Amino acid sequence: MPLLKNNQFVNDEWTKVSDTDALPEGAKIIVTSTRLIQDWDLLAKYTGLLGVSLANNERAEILTPYLSQLSLIVLSFPAYTDGRAYSQAKDLRLDGYRGELRAEGNLLLDQFQFMHQVGFDSFEVNERFALQQWQAASKQMSLAYQRGLYRTSGEREVWSQRHQGFAPWEEQPHAG
Amino acid sequence: MYRYDEFDHQFVSERTAQFRDQANRRMSGELTEDEFRPLRLMNGLYLQLHAYMLRVAIPYGTLSGKQMRQLAYIADKYDRGYGHFTTRQNIQYNWIKLEETADILQALSDVEMHAIQTSGNCIRNVTTDHWAGAAADELLDPRPIGELIRQWSSLHPEFSFLPRKFKFAITGAPHDRAAVKVHDIGLRAHKNDKGETGWEVMVGGGQGRTPMIAVTVRDFLPEKEVIPYMEAIMRVYNLFGRRDNKYKARIKILVHELGAEKFKAEVEAEYAKHPAQTTEVEQRELTRIEKYFAQPSFEKMSRFAPHFENAKRENVDFARWAKNNLATHQVDGYTIVNISLKPEGGIPGDATGEQMRVMATLAERYSFDEMRVSHAQNIVLPHVKLEDTFAIWQVLKANDLAAANYGLIGDIIACPGLDYCALATARSIPIAQAISRKFADVKKQEEYGPVKLNISGCINACGHHHVGHIGILGLDKKGEEFYQITLGGSSSENASIGTILGPGFAAHEVPDAIETILNTYVKLREPGEEFLGAYRRLGPKPFKEALYAAA
Amino acid sequence: MSDVEKGQVMTANRLRDGDAVFLTRAGIWSEKIDDAALVQEPQATAALEARAAEDVKTNHITGQYLIDAERIDGKIRAALTRERIRTLGPSVRTDLGKQATGTAGAFAAVEA
Repeated sequence: MPLLKNNQFVNDEWTKVSDTDALPEGAKIIVTSTRLIQDWDLLAKYTGLLGVSLANNERAEILTPYLSQLSLIVLSFPAYTDGRAYSQAKDLRLDGYRGELRAEGNLLLDQFQFMHQVGFDSFEVNERFALQQWQAASKQMSLAYQRGLYRTSGEREVWSQRHQGFAPWEEQPHAG
Repeated sequence: MYRYDEFDHQFVSERTAQFRDQANRRMSGELTEDEFRPLRLMNGLYLQLHAYMLRVAIPYGTLSGKQMRQLAYIADKYDRGYGHFTTRQNIQYNWIKLEETADILQALSDVEMHAIQTSGNCIRNVTTDHWAGAAADELLDPRPIGELIRQWSSLHPEFSFLPRKFKFAITGAPHDRAAVKVHDIGLRAHKNDKGETGWEVMVGGGQGRTPMIAVTVRDFLPEKEVIPYMEAIMRVYNLFGRRDNKYKARIKILVHELGAEKFKAEVEAEYAKHPAQTTEVEQRELTRIEKYFAQPSFEKMSRFAPHFENAKRENVDFARWAKNNLATHQVDGYTIVNISLKPEGGIPGDATGEQMRVMATLAERYSFDEMRVSHAQNIVLPHVKLEDTFAIWQVLKANDLAAANYGLIGDIIACPGLDYCALATARSIPIAQAISRKFADVKKQEEYGPVKLNISGCINACGHHHVGHIGILGLDKKGEEFYQITLGGSSSENASIGTILGPGFAAHEVPDAIETILNTYVKLREPGEEFLGAYRRLGPKPFKEALYAAA
Repeated sequence: MSDVEKGQVMTANRLRDGDAVFLTRAGIWSEKIDDAALVQEPQATAALEARAAEDVKTNHITGQYLIDAERIDGKIRAALTRERIRTLGPSVRTDLGKQATGTAGAFAAVEA
């Protein structure tokens, strides 16, 4: 699966490590949330970069104590109709997580902009679609009514535009 | 009325262009049906028995003459000359072609309308009291907050793939005409001692397979907190609502399975988690919207309208219509005109393009260019001078729009049923027509007083049968249509779910069964007691006995 | 004694306009159920399914499925009320749909 970041295909430098695998030294590893919590004493001292995958029936809060130590969180869309990871992503960003937030699973073009807006900034995407289709899909709409979004395509927030000069909900850094 | 600014215009145009692209990709095969379905549904396009069906949003049921004319134009040009007003205050067209849908959406956006989120597992068209801004008992106009929620919920990135569809209803009056207790979220306005507005937040009501009355999670939510608090409710639902079974996926099941207290605690915890938000912008936006809903410039008039009184004396039919179809307005000398789309033997909620244009003209001339669609599938002219009602009635009469049965047994709510709908298990419309013919005499209808009769052609309950004083549910038994009757439902502030009386009836037996029920009521009622009150006092027993005695 | 033959018919909606259509022996989609191939043998059913799947891929039709039906004196009657309504149009608007354009099936939605 190609990895898409900043609207470009990039190499995936991260390795998934199962709950029973030994930890490779000094790498970029993705562990499950279960292992993260169970093996925290060990992982806290890990020499490489730490990422975690959170199943979409788990609460994002379980990661709260670890957020500052994490460089990647992977959330999943087992079906494109299963929208739980949008709220997990939003929760994590509201909790102050600033690292890479990756979407995996059944990602389609027409949900791509939504994923950006709730805070995802990397995507394991389907080979069916070409790069320029993903690029176009990330900016289908140039406006959003909601505030406090990640706006990687420069879309404008309607309410903030109408009432300029009033503090936005909470200024979000643009991802990437 | 709300008017689009440059942002709203641009938003809807971009969305239309996006749909045009999606439809083209579907027709070229780039998108499969499975991939296209949720996209077309989010733009209100269904595939039904005979063609595609397009459901157009009429936000909180309010529309102008120009908008109604455009709906008529669409009916004539792209459909078969008519449309069907629905129980969600929308309109739907039954004979739509996929290849023309983008053009229709374009025509809608020309008059500041759209079909965004009239279907799909997202937040649907927000509904309110159809007498909003006009009703004498109103505390405040619920439409500004409705418009705020419409905007906030439009293409919400977080809440467009919910476990299931999600419906808001809002009332600004103590007498609930918006059925807020049988919606996923119902909001009801209150004022505190300081005169500030707050909203009672009710969650987890609904109809369908498992009808439930909503529970109150906040008695008085300050107005400035509405949007962030709704976000908290939606987030809890999106994360924890069931996705393993589509029949258990509505928020009512989550509320029920967690229990009201636990659900409330989850919402409050989510809400408390990110308290630093300022809602200054939301408040300013609400203030901006409120200006569009300022009262029209009513003339100062006397409560007594001599021409109106005269006309009633001279014309019995007009007097009857005036008695049944007019409602008390906030302002002296004005009235609310309820146009019944339920002529004898007609299809509830259907109107021809020509009738739509007639109503548009009446609204432009007599009602500050404003109309409402009610969830009971009627059209309302909200601000009419009493002195103009006779002229209006004459026009309505000439166009088969003067049925004098508003709120009576002939004013039937019915879903399209198996005549059109791919999900239906039985026909609804022929039952409505047969009942309407049986009780054609309005004098007879008046003897029965206010009765709400609601018909659904399947368990999904689009015809709101659970909350009809008399509810009829059409089912299929070994290839034969049959109909279950429930009594005692209500969608008012004292909401209740109807009780099934007993075995179902064949289609041809239904009108007689309804007559038996009504005659039982007439026999047993106390002076002045309405049908629902009598049922609540008597319980199902006497009705059951009367209905099944012969069997 | 009328001549009755039971079987199945493949139906779908045309993608572009959503009209209900029925698969014929010649492998084309007709708006009239009487043109449809009524089949009994598993092989014949499989052939209809294959043809329909092919036409889904070429974006001609969508939502295909088999319905139970019988041929009575040369006319095809769908077993379910729902399907008979699809061969006619709305029973409450006999001025619309197939019943108004000469492509209707021969059997009423519900026999009086």
